[in-house]
Amino acid sequence: MAEKIKIAIYWAAGCGGCDVAILDTNEKILDIAEAADIVLWPIAMDYKYEDLYALEQGSIDVCLFNGAVRTSEQEEMAKALRSRSKIMVAFGACAAWGGIPALANLFEREEIFKSSYLDTQTTINPEKVIPLTKCKVPEGELTLPRFYNRVWTLNQVIDVDYYVPGCPPTPETIWTAIEAIVSGNLPPKGSVIGSLKSLCDTCPREKTEKKITEFKRPYEVMIDPNKCLLEQGIICCGPVTRDGCGHRCINANMPCRGCYGPSEKVADQGAKLLSAIASIMDVKDEKGAQELAATWEDPAGTVYRFSLAKSLVFDYKKGGE
Amino acid sequence: MEKNFEPVIVGFLCNWCSYAGADLAGVSRMQYPPNLRVIRVMCSGRVEPSFILKAFQEGADGVLISGCHIGDCHYVDGNIKTLRRTPLIKTLLSQLGVEEERFKQTWISAAEGEKFAQVVKAMVEEIKRIGPFKKQAEEESDDFDDKAYGLMIEAAVTIEGGNIDG
Repeated sequence: MAEKIKIAIYWAAGCGGCDVAILDTNEKILDIAEAADIVLWPIAMDYKYEDLYALEQGSIDVCLFNGAVRTSEQEEMAKALRSRSKIMVAFGACAAWGGIPALANLFEREEIFKSSYLDTQTTINPEKVIPLTKCKVPEGELTLPRFYNRVWTLNQVIDVDYYVPGCPPTPETIWTAIEAIVSGNLPPKGSVIGSLKSLCDTCPREKTEKKITEFKRPYEVMIDPNKCLLEQGIICCGPVTRDGCGHRCINANMPCRGCYGPSEKVADQGAKLLSAIASIMDVKDEKGAQELAATWEDPAGTVYRFSLAKSLVFDYKKGGE
Repeated sequence: MEKNFEPVIVGFLCNWCSYAGADLAGVSRMQYPPNLRVIRVMCSGRVEPSFILKAFQEGADGVLISGCHIGDCHYVDGNIKTLRRTPLIKTLLSQLGVEEERFKQTWISAAEGEKFAQVVKAMVEEIKRIGPFKKQAEEESDDFDDKAYGLMIEAAVTIEGGNIDG
């Protein structure tokens, strides 16, 4: 390639695992460095906001944005990067569907602050200090970004071109995405880089008739490594989750947690999984159904572990349509 | 809150029993509030949880699902699927912050026009009491009059000459 493409990698409400995953491509990172110039990557190199604002509109070829949008600063950065990037990629589960941070959408901002800064047993905060957007100190006024009432996905805040799934995306998925970008052989806008099948479709475990008589958590049972996890009473997100992760969890004898997001034809991952689970509950009367449902500890947190911000109830553009 | 709040309730009624029950209520000229928007489905078991969430996304204040009594299903066990889903949906909705009054699931046969009218009346009353369904973000003031962006954004404004959106 004659000219190197310019890549920006940014993180918002995420854990940094996506950035590390890029390094996990091992020796291929050198190929990436050969094909691309990294113009911004706060976790790995020293960049300031000024460096980004100094860049011209459309001067970045690709922005890999990981993490969800929780604060006003993250929203501003997302918008600033969007206007400077030709292709915007929601990189990882948080940017694409909210990921783990979006589970906080089950609570109000006030509850989160109260729990984090006052109530947890490990917190010592006798003066009851809670972060404010503005604070007067002898030296002047200090400010902090606003903490929004909920977590937003990247595409609820800005226009997104592609989605790279995973928590974090596997090196294979990242490499597929990078290759597609570098070669210019891109799928239609809005595509998710991954398989079109669901995880169940390619799962090697033995599947027979499914019936759940009790919901169990993985630590409560000795899991048979050859049998379908759902048949063992363990909730596995395989039926509604996109394949492409290489079966890491089920090979380690753990259920799929859904980090590759909804599969191709599924709009709402959690609602669809809830429906699938309900159809294999082994009950025939209302009382039985209530009792069995009560043994499921946390339905919303389980079915929406990585996609709560894209649950239909929460899915709309920030600031109206 | 608005004074004359008229809730919008989406009702998924099964073709064989509850829809006929609603018909009977109409033919018998029973009085009940007009807040229910009926969607006829072939079986209450067809109503996926996504439909319910979609209704709330589109601005409904409540969702009613009604099917045949257990044992009367035209498709033998379609309503068994409904009864399995109901407790899970109730838990899910309450976790998502949707008040329990907003979702109701009943069994109404083709002969129970009166019961249908009562169910709708009671549901409308309850939802009028708790008010319109609010999306989560509406609580937060998304106007940017709170200019607390942080120092770095202000610095950026200086560089950009006042255009922070780029």
